[in-house]
Amino acid sequence: MEIWDREYECMDREVLEQLQLERLQATLHRAYKNVTCYKNKFNQQGIDPDAVQSLSDLSKLPFTTKEDLRLNYPYGMFAVPLREVVRIHSSSGTTGKPTVVGYTKNDIKIWSNLIARLHTAAGVTHDDVVQIAFGYGMFTGAFGHHYGAEVIGASVIPMGGGNTEKQIMIMQDYRTTVLISTPSYAITIADRMEQLGINPKSLSLKHGLFGGEPWSEAMRIEIESRLGITATDNYGLSEVIGPGVAGECTHKCGMHIFEDIFIPEIIDPDTCEVLPPGSVGELVITTLTKEAFPMIRYRTRDITSLDYEKCSCGRTHVRMKKTMGRSDDMLIIKGVNVFPSQIEEVIVAIDGCEPHYQLIVDRKNSVDSLEIHIEVTENIFFDEMKMQRAFIDSIQHKIHSLIGLGVTVKLVEPKSFPRFEGKASRVIDNRQH
Amino acid sequence: MLKVKNINTYYGKVHALKNVSIHLSPKEIVALIGANGAGKTTILNTLSGVTPMQSGSIDFAGESVGALSPDRIVKSGISQVPEGRQVFKGMTVAENLELGAYLRFTAREPKELIRKDIVKIYQLFPRLEERKKQMAGTLSGGEQQMLAIGRALMAKPKLLLLDEPSMGLAPLVVQEIFAVIERLRSDEGVTVLLVEQNAKAALKMADRGYVLETGKIILEGNAADLLENPEVQRAYLGKEKKDIWER
Repeated sequence: MEIWDREYECMDREVLEQLQLERLQATLHRAYKNVTCYKNKFNQQGIDPDAVQSLSDLSKLPFTTKEDLRLNYPYGMFAVPLREVVRIHSSSGTTGKPTVVGYTKNDIKIWSNLIARLHTAAGVTHDDVVQIAFGYGMFTGAFGHHYGAEVIGASVIPMGGGNTEKQIMIMQDYRTTVLISTPSYAITIADRMEQLGINPKSLSLKHGLFGGEPWSEAMRIEIESRLGITATDNYGLSEVIGPGVAGECTHKCGMHIFEDIFIPEIIDPDTCEVLPPGSVGELVITTLTKEAFPMIRYRTRDITSLDYEKCSCGRTHVRMKKTMGRSDDMLIIKGVNVFPSQIEEVIVAIDGCEPHYQLIVDRKNSVDSLEIHIEVTENIFFDEMKMQRAFIDSIQHKIHSLIGLGVTVKLVEPKSFPRFEGKASRVIDNRQH
Repeated sequence: MLKVKNINTYYGKVHALKNVSIHLSPKEIVALIGANGAGKTTILNTLSGVTPMQSGSIDFAGESVGALSPDRIVKSGISQVPEGRQVFKGMTVAENLELGAYLRFTAREPKELIRKDIVKIYQLFPRLEERKKQMAGTLSGGEQQMLAIGRALMAKPKLLLLDEPSMGLAPLVVQEIFAVIERLRSDEGVTVLLVEQNAKAALKMADRGYVLETGKIILEGNAADLLENPEVQRAYLGKEKKDIWER
């Protein structure tokens, strides 16, 4: 089994912890010096970054949240002048404003190398033909995998998302050996192949590297048997670096977090206490090498647990379980992050819509869908179907342009939904992860 | 091989090193770079016991050496080549080298072994052999640097601390000395901690590096990455300095 960065990936835990401490101290000094947000937070809480003398001291530092990123939109969290940033990415935001992240030349280099590690761990070599079926653009997914596969020396096909039939044609004609996409898209591809009467085993596909949304072991088995490939999981988020935070090796027993680059912690999302190894809780990540966008104790909101047992692949890095949900109300639909509050804002702003709605998330044939039921005032029930149609279209369009996801809107009569005291349950997620 | 955690060193009331943590793996060449007064030399002097630390820990080859006296530290396998060479000018080249083995003499090591090592130094630096009977004070700067390194090697160190070996030397001589340092690593397996004002040259030779600023480490990374780092380029490689992004 190949290991891309043996020196770091198989590092003795004691040396690794020393390296983490050194890099943590250096990161804190830089972040405190260069990022006003961190400086203010530390000062307000009376924390001296110099006082961090061990990895366990990390737990005394304040958290960073998506809210901090939003408040500092667009460049406030950058630790280097903009002229040293060579790349800007962003993820959809909840309040109309996206969150912006930046990379220096070195950040891109380190990022590419992390992807090379996880690709190698999943079995990709320089002989492979890698088809990337993530959307290129402002999201980090496609670019991260693209660069990493190039670093390995594989042949990269930057196909982008969607257009399933063309994806399949390319797979056949270009003899693609590795598919990189969301797990649900892999199923979509398998379905379409079935419809077209193409035997997946007649293709050259060997491996699938899937991420961007939570998926189950059952789904892994389905993908592996239907496409005749090995399917591995990988994890990341744009605020931290993008994909490349963690990746599974072919033992498929959890994703190795690249601990020379990130320090993971598991906290209780309610009390914010750090939990002992093995506990289930929210993943918190501190970056150790990032130049443009250092993150100190970033709350990912993803629920998982960490396993420090040594993996039989030889890597010493801790493994995280598949994510089991969120500690906030964010939904991941077709790999896109959606907050109900985003949709609520659109609905509330439309004349005739009541602030009562329900989001119904479903997965049919492994394709996610989002349906929104909105209560409307009596007088909006147009007699003319055409007008009603146009009204719905305009809502769908507004939501689509904000969250980047096609939705179905249905209007319902006033008082259709039960009223709750306090927090209403506005999301019905029928998918099974 | 070397593991330093949270060392704090003071000159009187001046807090020169603030929670400095570094490590070296066997056969690594690691560069310490930073502006004047950042604390580079202080780290070396703390490691060699010349300027004892106030707090922190230094583990070398599994042994805690932080509280040892300089001679015990040399015995444990750490030798320092001081800034400005500091050879004994009134003594010959050969005598300087013998003095480097002082602790081995006192430990009653067979003299033939020591003599053999002197021959080895002459192979490493043939110019020293040509001048072995000359007073060290009459040597050129480059030759004095070679002698200082040779003298340190006579203690048979596992870790060599080099303080500004390129200082005041012509580029060709610097190249020659750096080539010897690389040979020491590959042939003898010596680990090297290198302090350099000449950041570019140091990072080109080193595997990894640390960047110091006012007594704190602000960066650790592969030498090649550090060469590309904007902060390093601004501060130590003489690239244009611009203010941080103004909001």
